[in-house]
Amino acid sequence: MITKRIIPCLDVKDGRVVKGVNFQRLGDVASPVDLAKYYSDNGADELVFYDITASAEGRSLFTEILTETARTVFIPLTVGGGINTTGDFDRVLKCGADKVSVNSGAIRDPSLVGKAAKLYGDQCVVLSVDVKRVDGVFRIFAKGGRENTGMEAIEWVRRCVGDGAGEVVVNSMDTDGVKQGFDLELLEKVCGAVKVPVIASGGAGKIEDFITLFNALPGVDAGLAASIFHFGEVKINDLKAEMKRNGIPARI
Amino acid sequence: MVAIIDYGVGNLFSLRSSFAAIGEEAEVTSDPEVIRRADRVILPGVGAFGDAAEKLRQTGLDRVVREEAGRGKPLMGICLGMQLLFERSFEYGEHEGLGLLKGEIRPIAERIPENLKIPQMGWNALKIVRQSPLLKYTQDGEYVYFVHSYSAVKCEESLLASTEYGAELTACVGLGNVYGCQFHPEKSGAVGLKMLKAFCETGAEV
Repeated sequence: MITKRIIPCLDVKDGRVVKGVNFQRLGDVASPVDLAKYYSDNGADELVFYDITASAEGRSLFTEILTETARTVFIPLTVGGGINTTGDFDRVLKCGADKVSVNSGAIRDPSLVGKAAKLYGDQCVVLSVDVKRVDGVFRIFAKGGRENTGMEAIEWVRRCVGDGAGEVVVNSMDTDGVKQGFDLELLEKVCGAVKVPVIASGGAGKIEDFITLFNALPGVDAGLAASIFHFGEVKINDLKAEMKRNGIPARI
Repeated sequence: MVAIIDYGVGNLFSLRSSFAAIGEEAEVTSDPEVIRRADRVILPGVGAFGDAAEKLRQTGLDRVVREEAGRGKPLMGICLGMQLLFERSFEYGEHEGLGLLKGEIRPIAERIPENLKIPQMGWNALKIVRQSPLLKYTQDGEYVYFVHSYSAVKCEESLLASTEYGAELTACVGLGNVYGCQFHPEKSGAVGLKMLKAFCETGAEV
Protein backbone atom coordinates (compact mmCIF):
# COMPACT_ATOMS: atom_id res chain seq x y z
CA MET A 1 0.00 0.00 0.00
CA ILE A 2 1.13 3.48 -0.72
CA THR A 3 1.79 5.33 2.53
CA LYS A 4 0.37 8.60 3.78
CA ARG A 5 3.10 11.21 3.64
CA ILE A 6 4.20 13.46 6.50
CA ILE A 7 5.76 16.70 5.32
CA PRO A 8 7.52 19.33 7.42
CA CYS A 9 7.48 22.80 5.91
CA LEU A 10 10.46 25.12 6.37
CA ASP A 11 9.87 28.84 5.92
CA VAL A 12 13.19 30.33 4.95
CA LYS A 13 14.04 34.00 5.22
CA ASP A 14 17.48 35.45 4.56
CA GLY A 15 18.97 32.00 4.75
CA ARG A 16 17.44 30.99 8.08
CA VAL A 17 14.40 28.99 9.08
CA VAL A 18 11.85 31.28 10.67
CA LYS A 19 9.26 30.34 13.27
CA GLY A 20 12.15 29.86 15.70
CA VAL A 21 13.59 26.47 16.14
CA ASN A 22 15.08 25.02 19.24
CA PHE A 23 15.63 21.31 19.36
CA GLN A 24 17.31 20.17 22.52
CA ARG A 25 19.35 17.62 20.58
CA LEU A 26 20.69 19.90 17.93
CA GLY A 27 21.04 23.28 19.56
CA ASP A 28 20.74 25.88 16.85
CA VAL A 29 18.96 24.30 13.92
CA ALA A 30 17.77 27.44 12.29
CA SER A 31 20.04 26.35 9.46
CA PRO A 32 17.70 25.02 6.77
CA VAL A 33 20.27 22.52 5.54
CA ASP A 34 20.79 21.01 9.01
CA LEU A 35 17.09 20.93 9.75
CA ALA A 36 16.31 19.31 6.39
CA LYS A 37 18.92 16.65 7.09
CA TYR A 38 17.50 16.09 10.57
CA TYR A 39 13.98 15.60 9.22
CA SER A 40 15.15 13.36 6.42
CA ASP A 41 16.96 11.15 8.95
CA ASN A 42 13.95 11.12 11.27
CA GLY A 43 11.00 10.00 9.25
CA ALA A 44 9.95 12.92 7.03
CA ASP A 45 8.65 11.65 3.69
CA GLU A 46 9.18 14.86 1.84
CA LEU A 47 10.20 18.45 2.55
CA VAL A 48 8.75 21.78 1.57
CA PHE A 49 11.03 24.79 1.43
CA TYR A 50 9.17 28.04 1.37
CA ASP A 51 11.09 31.15 0.39
CA ILE A 52 9.63 34.14 2.22
CA THR A 53 12.48 36.47 1.35
CA ALA A 54 11.71 39.76 -0.31
CA SER A 55 15.19 40.90 -1.30
CA ALA A 56 17.32 39.81 -4.24
CA GLU A 57 20.19 38.90 -1.89
CA GLY A 58 17.85 36.73 0.12
CA ARG A 59 16.67 35.04 -3.03
CA SER A 60 20.14 34.10 -4.19
CA LEU A 61 20.97 32.92 -0.68
CA PHE A 62 17.84 30.75 -0.85
CA THR A 63 18.95 29.07 -4.07
CA GLU A 64 22.37 28.40 -2.52
CA ILE A 65 20.72 26.77 0.46
CA LEU A 66 18.47 24.76 -1.79
CA THR A 67 21.44 23.47 -3.76
CA GLU A 68 23.26 22.53 -0.58
CA THR A 69 20.17 20.73 0.75
CA ALA A 70 19.60 18.80 -2.47
CA ARG A 71 23.21 17.64 -2.28
CA THR A 72 22.73 16.05 1.11
CA VAL A 73 19.05 15.13 1.39
CA PHE A 74 17.63 12.39 -0.81
CA ILE A 75 13.90 12.64 -0.34
CA PRO A 76 11.52 14.66 -2.50
CA LEU A 77 11.88 18.38 -2.16
CA THR A 78 9.15 20.88 -3.00
CA VAL A 79 9.97 24.55 -3.30
CA GLY A 80 7.55 27.44 -3.08
CA GLY A 81 7.50 31.18 -2.50
CA GLY A 82 8.12 33.80 -5.14
CA ILE A 83 7.28 31.51 -8.05
CA ASN A 84 5.78 33.84 -10.67
CA THR A 85 7.17 32.70 -14.00
CA THR A 86 8.42 29.56 -15.71
CA GLY A 87 11.86 31.15 -15.25
CA ASP A 88 11.34 30.79 -11.50
CA PHE A 89 10.49 27.11 -12.02
CA ASP A 90 13.69 26.72 -13.95
CA ARG A 91 15.77 28.45 -11.29
CA VAL A 92 14.67 26.19 -8.43
CA LEU A 93 14.53 22.97 -10.46
CA LYS A 94 18.15 23.49 -11.47
CA CYS A 95 19.06 23.69 -7.77
CA GLY A 96 17.58 20.27 -7.11
CA ALA A 97 13.90 20.88 -6.36
CA ASP A 98 11.64 18.04 -7.49
CA LYS A 99 8.37 19.90 -7.38
CA VAL A 100 7.51 23.57 -7.47
CA SER A 101 4.62 25.07 -5.61
CA VAL A 102 2.71 28.05 -7.00
CA ASN A 103 0.21 30.17 -5.12
CA SER A 104 -0.09 33.91 -5.78
CA GLY A 105 1.90 33.52 -8.99
CA ALA A 106 -0.88 31.40 -10.47
CA ILE A 107 -3.50 33.92 -9.39
CA ARG A 108 -1.62 36.78 -11.03
CA ASP A 109 -0.98 34.77 -14.19
CA PRO A 110 -3.60 32.03 -14.58
CA SER A 111 -1.70 30.58 -17.54
CA LEU A 112 1.35 29.80 -15.37
CA VAL A 113 0.19 26.35 -14.21
CA GLY A 114 -0.54 25.21 -17.76
CA LYS A 115 2.73 26.55 -19.14
CA ALA A 116 4.81 25.00 -16.37
CA ALA A 117 3.01 21.64 -16.66
CA LYS A 118 3.81 21.49 -20.37
CA LEU A 119 7.45 22.35 -19.80
CA TYR A 120 8.20 20.26 -16.73
CA GLY A 121 5.36 17.73 -16.45
CA ASP A 122 2.26 17.69 -14.26
CA GLN A 123 4.05 15.82 -11.49
CA CYS A 124 6.29 18.82 -11.03
CA VAL A 125 3.60 21.45 -10.55
CA VAL A 126 2.04 21.82 -7.12
CA LEU A 127 -0.86 24.18 -6.63
CA SER A 128 -0.89 25.73 -3.19
CA VAL A 129 -3.97 27.58 -1.97
CA ASP A 130 -4.78 29.69 1.07
CA VAL A 131 -8.48 29.32 1.74
CA LYS A 132 -10.78 31.13 4.16
CA ARG A 133 -14.51 31.12 4.72
CA VAL A 134 -16.13 34.45 3.86
CA ASP A 135 -19.86 34.59 4.53
CA GLY A 136 -20.00 30.81 4.39
CA VAL A 137 -18.16 30.51 1.07
CA PHE A 138 -14.61 29.17 0.68
CA ARG A 139 -12.55 31.93 -0.94
CA ILE A 140 -9.00 31.97 -2.33
CA PHE A 141 -6.67 34.45 -0.65
CA ALA A 142 -3.49 35.79 -2.26
CA LYS A 143 -0.26 37.36 -1.03
CA GLY A 144 0.25 35.09 1.95
CA GLY A 145 -3.39 35.35 2.95
CA ARG A 146 -3.55 39.14 2.99
CA GLU A 147 -5.84 39.65 0.02
CA ASN A 148 -9.25 38.15 -0.73
CA THR A 149 -9.32 37.41 -4.45
CA GLY A 150 -13.05 36.75 -4.34
CA MET A 151 -12.53 33.51 -6.26
CA GLU A 152 -14.46 30.48 -5.09
CA ALA A 153 -11.89 27.99 -3.82
CA ILE A 154 -13.10 24.65 -5.17
CA GLU A 155 -13.63 26.07 -8.65
CA TRP A 156 -10.11 27.53 -8.66
CA VAL A 157 -8.55 24.27 -7.55
CA ARG A 158 -10.51 22.32 -10.16
CA ARG A 159 -9.44 24.73 -12.89
CA CYS A 160 -5.73 24.59 -11.99
CA VAL A 161 -5.78 20.79 -11.81
CA GLY A 162 -7.45 20.79 -15.22
CA ASP A 163 -4.56 22.94 -16.47
CA GLY A 164 -2.02 20.43 -15.20
CA ALA A 165 -1.34 20.91 -11.48
CA GLY A 166 -0.28 17.46 -10.30
CA GLU A 167 -0.85 17.96 -6.60
CA VAL A 168 -2.71 20.40 -4.35
CA VAL A 169 -1.66 21.80 -0.98
CA VAL A 170 -4.76 23.05 0.81
CA ASN A 171 -4.02 25.48 3.59
CA SER A 172 -7.02 26.49 5.65
CA MET A 173 -6.59 29.98 7.08
CA ASP A 174 -9.50 29.29 9.43
CA THR A 175 -7.73 26.42 11.19
CA ASP A 176 -4.11 27.54 10.66
CA GLY A 177 -2.40 28.38 13.94
CA VAL A 178 -5.40 27.29 16.00
CA LYS A 179 -3.97 23.80 16.60
CA GLN A 180 -7.41 22.22 16.92
CA GLY A 181 -7.12 19.92 13.91
CA PHE A 182 -7.25 20.12 10.13
CA ASP A 183 -10.15 21.68 8.23
CA LEU A 184 -11.98 18.48 7.37
CA GLU A 185 -14.94 20.21 5.74
CA LEU A 186 -12.76 22.10 3.27
CA LEU A 187 -10.50 19.12 2.59
CA GLU A 188 -13.45 16.84 1.90
CA LYS A 189 -14.73 19.29 -0.71
CA VAL A 190 -11.33 19.46 -2.42
CA CYS A 191 -10.92 15.66 -2.40
CA GLY A 192 -14.33 15.34 -3.99
CA ALA A 193 -13.41 17.77 -6.75
CA VAL A 194 -10.01 16.53 -7.95
CA LYS A 195 -8.25 13.21 -8.52
CA VAL A 196 -4.67 14.34 -7.93
CA PRO A 197 -2.95 13.99 -4.54
CA VAL A 198 -4.21 16.37 -1.84
CA ILE A 199 -1.97 17.62 0.96
CA ALA A 200 -3.65 18.95 4.10
CA SER A 201 -2.16 21.98 5.79
CA GLY A 202 -3.17 24.21 8.68
CA GLY A 203 -4.44 23.24 12.09
CA ALA A 204 -2.36 20.31 13.29
CA GLY A 205 -1.61 20.62 16.99
CA LYS A 206 -1.04 17.04 18.06
CA ILE A 207 -0.62 13.50 16.77
CA GLU A 208 -4.34 12.74 17.03
CA ASP A 209 -5.14 15.51 14.54
CA PHE A 210 -3.29 13.56 11.83
CA ILE A 211 -4.99 10.29 12.83
CA THR A 212 -8.40 11.99 12.63
CA LEU A 213 -7.50 13.49 9.26
CA PHE A 214 -6.44 10.25 7.60
CA ASN A 215 -9.25 8.20 9.15
CA ALA A 216 -11.95 10.70 8.18
CA LEU A 217 -10.69 11.46 4.68
CA PRO A 218 -9.07 8.55 2.80
CA GLY A 219 -8.66 10.91 -0.16
CA VAL A 220 -6.05 12.99 1.66
CA ASP A 221 -2.55 11.81 0.76
CA ALA A 222 -0.35 13.82 3.08
CA GLY A 223 -0.28 16.07 6.10
CA LEU A 224 1.90 19.16 6.23
CA ALA A 225 2.92 21.18 9.26
CA ALA A 226 5.68 23.50 10.41
CA SER A 227 6.01 24.74 13.96
CA ILE A 228 4.71 21.63 15.75
CA PHE A 229 7.55 19.71 14.12
CA HIS A 230 10.12 22.47 14.56
CA PHE A 231 9.32 22.86 18.25
CA GLY A 232 9.29 19.11 18.77
CA GLU A 233 5.67 19.11 19.96
CA VAL A 234 5.10 16.31 17.50
CA LYS A 235 7.96 14.00 16.61
CA ILE A 236 7.50 12.51 13.17
CA ASN A 237 8.63 9.04 14.22
CA ASP A 238 6.11 9.00 17.09
CA LEU A 239 3.41 10.23 14.74
CA LYS A 240 4.13 7.48 12.25
CA ALA A 241 4.17 4.77 14.90
CA GLU A 242 0.75 5.99 16.01
CA MET A 243 -0.49 6.02 12.41
CA LYS A 244 0.61 2.42 12.02
CA ARG A 245 -1.16 1.43 15.27
CA ASN A 246 -4.31 2.95 13.81
CA GLY A 247 -4.04 1.03 10.57
CA ILE A 248 -2.95 4.05 8.51
CA PRO A 249 -0.17 3.09 6.08
CA ALA A 250 3.04 4.87 7.06
CA ARG A 251 6.67 4.51 6.05
CA ILE A 252 8.68 3.59 9.13
CA MET B 1 32.99 6.24 -13.47
CA VAL B 2 29.23 6.22 -13.91
CA ALA B 3 27.87 7.96 -17.01
CA ILE B 4 24.46 9.53 -16.43
CA ILE B 5 23.03 10.00 -19.88
CA ASP B 6 21.76 13.50 -20.58
CA TYR B 7 19.44 13.51 -23.56
CA GLY B 8 17.47 16.57 -22.56
CA VAL B 9 14.94 14.77 -20.40
CA GLY B 10 14.55 15.77 -16.78
CA ASN B 11 16.61 17.09 -13.99
CA LEU B 12 19.78 15.23 -13.19
CA PHE B 13 21.01 17.25 -10.22
CA SER B 14 19.77 14.83 -7.56
CA LEU B 15 20.96 11.79 -9.42
CA ARG B 16 24.46 13.18 -9.71
CA SER B 17 24.40 14.24 -6.06
CA SER B 18 23.31 10.79 -4.93
CA PHE B 19 26.33 9.17 -6.57
CA ALA B 20 28.55 11.76 -4.91
CA ALA B 21 26.92 10.85 -1.59
CA ILE B 22 27.98 7.21 -1.97
CA GLY B 23 31.46 8.21 -3.06
CA GLU B 24 31.10 7.28 -6.72
CA GLU B 25 32.35 9.46 -9.51
CA ALA B 26 29.53 10.26 -11.91
CA GLU B 27 29.42 12.37 -15.02
CA VAL B 28 26.30 13.80 -16.64
CA THR B 29 26.96 13.48 -20.33
CA SER B 30 25.60 13.21 -23.85
CA ASP B 31 29.02 12.39 -25.30
CA PRO B 32 29.18 8.84 -26.73
CA GLU B 33 32.89 8.69 -25.95
CA VAL B 34 32.31 9.35 -22.25
CA ILE B 35 29.56 6.73 -22.21
CA ARG B 36 31.86 4.21 -23.87
CA ARG B 37 34.61 5.00 -21.37
CA ALA B 38 32.30 4.68 -18.35
CA ASP B 39 32.24 1.58 -16.17
CA ARG B 40 28.48 1.85 -15.76
CA VAL B 41 25.64 3.68 -17.42
CA ILE B 42 22.49 5.26 -16.00
CA LEU B 43 19.58 6.00 -18.30
CA PRO B 44 17.33 8.49 -16.48
CA GLY B 45 14.15 10.12 -17.69
CA VAL B 46 10.89 11.81 -16.81
CA GLY B 47 8.05 12.84 -19.07
CA ALA B 48 6.42 11.05 -21.96
CA PHE B 49 7.79 7.82 -23.47
CA GLY B 50 7.33 8.87 -27.10
CA ASP B 51 9.24 12.15 -26.73
CA ALA B 52 12.05 10.53 -24.78
CA ALA B 53 12.45 7.64 -27.22
CA GLU B 54 12.53 10.13 -30.07
CA LYS B 55 15.20 12.24 -28.35
CA LEU B 56 17.34 9.16 -27.75
CA ARG B 57 17.07 8.27 -31.43
CA GLN B 58 17.74 11.81 -32.65
CA THR B 59 20.92 12.02 -30.61
CA GLY B 60 22.01 8.56 -31.69
CA LEU B 61 22.37 7.66 -28.03
CA ASP B 62 19.92 4.76 -28.43
CA ARG B 63 22.57 2.98 -30.48
CA VAL B 64 25.32 3.76 -27.99
CA VAL B 65 23.22 2.44 -25.08
CA ARG B 66 22.35 -0.76 -26.97
CA GLU B 67 26.00 -1.33 -27.93
CA GLU B 68 27.31 -0.75 -24.43
CA ALA B 69 24.65 -2.99 -22.90
CA GLY B 70 25.48 -5.59 -25.55
CA ARG B 71 29.12 -5.50 -24.48
CA GLY B 72 28.05 -6.42 -20.96
CA LYS B 73 28.41 -3.00 -19.34
CA PRO B 74 26.06 -2.58 -16.36
CA LEU B 75 23.15 -0.36 -17.36
CA MET B 76 20.36 0.90 -15.14
CA GLY B 77 17.24 2.70 -16.31
CA ILE B 78 15.42 4.89 -13.81
CA CYS B 79 11.71 5.75 -13.98
CA LEU B 80 11.01 6.54 -17.65
CA GLY B 81 14.57 5.38 -18.38
CA MET B 82 13.56 1.96 -17.06
CA GLN B 83 10.48 1.90 -19.26
CA LEU B 84 12.64 2.70 -22.29
CA LEU B 85 14.54 -0.57 -21.78
CA PHE B 86 11.46 -2.54 -22.86
CA GLU B 87 10.15 -3.41 -26.32
CA ARG B 88 7.32 -0.90 -26.58
CA SER B 89 5.01 1.47 -24.76
CA PHE B 90 1.35 2.30 -25.16
CA GLU B 91 1.59 5.81 -23.72
CA TYR B 92 -0.32 8.05 -26.16
CA GLY B 93 -0.14 5.70 -29.13
CA GLU B 94 2.44 2.99 -29.60
CA HIS B 95 6.16 3.67 -29.40
CA GLU B 96 9.18 1.49 -29.78
CA GLY B 97 11.64 1.17 -26.89
CA LEU B 98 15.21 -0.08 -26.78
CA GLY B 99 14.09 -3.70 -26.62
CA LEU B 100 16.80 -4.74 -24.16
CA LEU B 101 14.21 -6.41 -21.94
CA LYS B 102 11.09 -8.37 -22.86
CA GLY B 103 7.86 -6.67 -21.98
CA GLU B 104 5.80 -3.58 -22.62
CA ILE B 105 4.60 -0.43 -20.89
CA ARG B 106 0.89 -0.03 -20.16
CA PRO B 107 -1.18 2.56 -18.26
CA ILE B 108 -1.65 1.56 -14.63
CA ALA B 109 -5.26 2.78 -15.01
CA GLU B 110 -6.02 -0.46 -16.88
CA ARG B 111 -5.12 -2.52 -13.83
CA ILE B 112 -5.95 -0.61 -10.65
CA PRO B 113 -9.29 0.25 -9.00
CA GLU B 114 -10.80 3.58 -9.98
CA ASN B 115 -10.60 5.11 -6.52
CA LEU B 116 -6.79 5.06 -6.57
CA LYS B 117 -5.06 8.18 -7.78
CA ILE B 118 -2.95 8.43 -10.89
CA PRO B 119 -0.04 8.92 -10.92
CA GLN B 120 0.98 6.71 -8.06
CA MET B 121 2.90 9.36 -6.16
CA GLY B 122 4.59 8.57 -2.88
CA TRP B 123 6.38 5.91 -0.86
CA ASN B 124 5.43 2.29 -1.38
CA ALA B 125 6.93 -1.01 -0.23
CA LEU B 126 9.05 -3.33 -2.34
CA LYS B 127 8.10 -6.97 -2.60
CA ILE B 128 11.17 -8.86 -3.71
CA VAL B 129 10.36 -11.56 -6.24
CA ARG B 130 13.84 -12.65 -7.21
CA GLN B 131 17.26 -12.05 -5.69
CA SER B 132 19.71 -10.00 -7.69
CA PRO B 133 23.05 -8.25 -7.19
CA LEU B 134 21.06 -5.00 -7.45
CA LEU B 135 19.05 -5.92 -4.36
CA LYS B 136 21.86 -7.24 -2.23
CA TYR B 137 21.42 -4.42 0.32
CA THR B 138 17.62 -4.21 -0.01
CA GLN B 139 15.20 -5.87 2.40
CA ASP B 140 11.75 -7.06 1.45
CA GLY B 141 9.19 -4.45 2.53
CA GLU B 142 11.50 -1.43 2.37
CA TYR B 143 9.94 1.76 1.02
CA VAL B 144 10.91 3.65 -2.12
CA TYR B 145 9.50 6.76 -3.80
CA PHE B 146 7.34 6.38 -6.92
CA VAL B 147 5.90 8.87 -9.40
CA HIS B 148 4.38 7.10 -12.41
CA SER B 149 1.23 6.53 -14.43
CA TYR B 150 2.54 3.65 -16.56
CA SER B 151 4.23 0.41 -15.66
CA ALA B 152 5.93 -2.58 -17.24
CA VAL B 153 3.87 -5.72 -17.94
CA LYS B 154 4.67 -9.10 -19.49
CA CYS B 155 8.15 -8.78 -18.01
CA GLU B 156 8.22 -11.94 -15.84
CA GLU B 157 11.61 -12.83 -17.28
CA SER B 158 13.32 -9.82 -15.68
CA LEU B 159 11.02 -9.02 -12.73
CA LEU B 160 12.97 -8.54 -9.48
CA ALA B 161 10.50 -6.66 -7.27
CA SER B 162 6.96 -5.40 -7.40
CA THR B 163 4.85 -3.00 -5.38
CA GLU B 164 1.19 -3.17 -4.38
CA TYR B 165 -1.01 -0.33 -5.66
CA GLY B 166 -4.38 -1.92 -6.26
CA ALA B 167 -2.43 -4.42 -8.39
CA GLU B 168 1.08 -5.79 -8.39
CA LEU B 169 3.07 -3.18 -10.31
CA THR B 170 6.57 -3.72 -11.61
CA ALA B 171 9.06 -1.89 -9.40
CA CYS B 172 12.45 -3.32 -10.20
CA VAL B 173 13.80 -5.41 -13.07
CA GLY B 174 17.11 -6.98 -13.98
CA LEU B 175 18.47 -9.48 -16.44
CA GLY B 176 22.19 -9.99 -16.88
CA ASN B 177 23.82 -6.58 -16.88
CA VAL B 178 20.59 -4.62 -17.57
CA TYR B 179 18.68 -3.24 -14.59
CA GLY B 180 15.78 -0.88 -14.06
CA CYS B 181 13.84 0.86 -11.28
CA GLN B 182 10.39 2.33 -11.78
CA PHE B 183 10.85 4.37 -8.60
CA HIS B 184 13.45 7.06 -7.95
CA PRO B 185 16.40 5.63 -5.98
CA GLU B 186 17.86 9.14 -5.81
CA LYS B 187 14.72 10.24 -3.92
CA SER B 188 14.27 7.14 -1.78
CA GLY B 189 16.53 8.06 1.12
CA ALA B 190 18.97 5.50 2.49
CA VAL B 191 17.18 2.61 0.76
CA GLY B 192 17.70 4.23 -2.63
CA LEU B 193 21.34 5.10 -1.99
CA LYS B 194 22.04 1.50 -0.99
CA MET B 195 20.56 0.32 -4.25
CA LEU B 196 22.73 2.71 -6.26
CA LYS B 197 25.71 1.44 -4.31
CA ALA B 198 24.74 -2.15 -5.16
CA PHE B 199 24.50 -1.14 -8.81
CA CYS B 200 28.00 0.32 -8.62
CA GLU B 201 29.25 -3.01 -7.28
CA THR B 202 27.70 -5.04 -10.09
CA GLY B 203 29.72 -5.95 -13.10
CA ALA B 204 31.98 -8.53 -11.59
CA GLU B 205 29.25 -11.07 -12.34
CA VAL B 206 29.12 -10.27 -16.02
